Amino acid sequence: MRYVDEFRDAATARALSTRIAALCEPGRRYKFMEVCGGHTHTIYKHGLEDYLPETISLVHGPGCPVCVIPMGRVDDAIAIAEQPDVIMTSFGDMMRVPGGRGSFFDSKAAGADIRMVYSPLDALKIARKNPDKRVVFMAIGMETTAPSTAMTVLRAASEELENFSIFCNHVMIIPAIKAILDSPDLRLDGFIGPGHVSTVIGCRPYEYVARDYGKPLVCSGFEPLDILESVYRLMVQVAEGRCEVENQYARVVPWAGNPKALQVIGEVMELRPHFEWRGLGFISHSALRVRARYSAFDAERIFDVPGVRVADPKACQCGEVLKGVLKPWECKVFGTACTPETPIGTCMVSSEGACAAYYNFGRFSRDRVREATRS
Amino acid sequence: MNTTQRADRAGETTREQQVLARIAKVRARRPKVREERITLAHGAGGKATHTLIEAVFVEAFRNPVLEQLEDGASLDTEAGRLAFTTDSFVVSPLFFPGGNIGDLAVNGTVNDLAMCGARPLHLSASFILEEGFPVVDLQRVVASMAAAAQAAGVQIVTGDTKVVERGKADGCYVTTAGVGLLDRPLRLSASAARPGDVVLVSGPIGDHGITVMLARGELDISADIRSDTAALNGLTARLLDAAGAGVRLLRDATRGGVATICNEAAVASQVAVVLDEKSVPVRPVVTGAAELLGIDPLYVACEGRLVAVVAPEHADAALAALRAHPLGEGATVIGAVRDDPPGLVLLRTSFGGTRVVDLLVGDPLPRIC
Repeated sequence: MRYVDEFRDAATARALSTRIAALCEPGRRYKFMEVCGGHTHTIYKHGLEDYLPETISLVHGPGCPVCVIPMGRVDDAIAIAEQPDVIMTSFGDMMRVPGGRGSFFDSKAAGADIRMVYSPLDALKIARKNPDKRVVFMAIGMETTAPSTAMTVLRAASEELENFSIFCNHVMIIPAIKAILDSPDLRLDGFIGPGHVSTVIGCRPYEYVARDYGKPLVCSGFEPLDILESVYRLMVQVAEGRCEVENQYARVVPWAGNPKALQVIGEVMELRPHFEWRGLGFISHSALRVRARYSAFDAERIFDVPGVRVADPKACQCGEVLKGVLKPWECKVFGTACTPETPIGTCMVSSEGACAAYYNFGRFSRDRVREATRS
Repeated sequence: MNTTQRADRAGETTREQQVLARIAKVRARRPKVREERITLAHGAGGKATHTLIEAVFVEAFRNPVLEQLEDGASLDTEAGRLAFTTDSFVVSPLFFPGGNIGDLAVNGTVNDLAMCGARPLHLSASFILEEGFPVVDLQRVVASMAAAAQAAGVQIVTGDTKVVERGKADGCYVTTAGVGLLDRPLRLSASAARPGDVVLVSGPIGDHGITVMLARGELDISADIRSDTAALNGLTARLLDAAGAGVRLLRDATRGGVATICNEAAVASQVAVVLDEKSVPVRPVVTGAAELLGIDPLYVACEGRLVAVVAPEHADAALAALRAHPLGEGATVIGAVRDDPPGLVLLRTSFGGTRVVDLLVGDPLPRIC
């Protein structure tokens, strides 16, 4: 398929792999964090780690919006969904995320009207079709999905729709990366920067990572060759002792981002003073809420939500996994109490979650897998 | 690498192995339904469905025929060996490009019998109709069933009708059951795969699942694609004539797709199934839609494709027989059976890496970004 196959070419991958290996200093180990869940998914789906020398490990970061949503917010959303005449709409991979009292799927099975949509505009369509219902869109995601949520609110406002609102859980990646950099137990050699988020915010906001923390960052695309090339560029920077922000995904990401999208977000949403991230705790100025002037579309103001903070289950070590301190398999409950069928932590829910990706695709010894697949 | 680092590395590998072994043990435990209510995942053909079947149905009905968990039951009677199966159809929308719930219901049951190695003979058809359902739609469904039955060479010889109040069903549900004659000396089974065997698929995968997803109209994507629904008994007859002695297992790749069938075979036979992504036939339009939705065609349902596991010495004959039939023109080898690691499906990706292809929990959920 055009625009896909050329980014999945095995011969190019082999060549890059050789160049990466040549850059490895003997005796040194390298750790790079891919911030975005989309990257984690690509890495496992295509078996990308087979191209990396054993001394380079990839740490899966907090960029999976489903994985970082705290349990209390899931409970709030379910509380809204269970109110009379409400139709809750949500992206697919949010459906299985457990709160303190079960997931959207459980609530749906118990009678709530919860529907999967592919875009907030689909939720708007449902609102138009059901004027006697109150339609709520579970808005999650980073800067990538925030513009489409904001656009949807603007459209609802221009149509004067009275039965549509959003439950806003949009979070921002920059404060989260900063929280990770500030965490004392972390040792990273650089970052594979989030590509989709950068289509909106551009590359400039990452400059502090290089300037203040001395870590290189390469904004990367989502095809396997994109990621491999980003690892190569990081290795070159490390080898040359440089620390810069580079844009590997220039075919999509403008350095300055998308001003129009940023303007739409700014029109509809404003920063929250603080927001809880699953596993990472409260991070200030890390999330968005609906501005007062659009309060008619803000489910948090329309509905009575419990707003109770639910502590992560004690056994769950999602936080350490998200920070890259633990590998998924090092978590106490990984694969035993916590599995994709019965996730305790959110990292196990979405296929982008570090634990689910490792459990589904990489659970077995690389050597055995390589042996078995040798033709 | 210095000595300490090497020791660290070795220690880590050992710890990882211990964790993985513990997980393998947990996975081998008898399944238990933990949910208080049925969720849609229980019907999606993945892990949740398997758990429900084993923990609720097999537990209650336990008998040697059922416990084999094949697509249909093989019965030894005084009159000979019979295959018996049943299937319910609740597809939404009822009509989609390439077919409707009617031909799906006939072909589905015919195929389950054909996959047992049987010659399908007679079907039953039961209808649950919702009050208000247009008679003209019912007539269309039934006409397709009649045509599909004729094409498959079976007769619908008995049936039942129930009508439920408006809102208690989604228009029309169809349940078919079927019997067929097992007139070949074969024992096809998911537990029959052996290291060295070859895995074949009869044509491009995922057409039906993607067609239905698009026909629901929720995605605002349109594509030129039709369901592959078809009766496969002609194709299996041709295959068994040519390579019968070497065919270990036949399955139609319905719910859960090719990945689920391979997992069932790997577990039941305690072998590894190694697939080669580059060889798996997928139409560009299916690849494109699946890429957009963030789902993997290996898990998408087909209604007119079969997966066959065949002994290596019969593989060429099997492939030739499939390709000689109009429904098997696109047949190809997609993988092989190995001995280690048992119970697993592995994929050599087109990119050149490797990964595990596990059962999904429920339906493939579209990813956000």
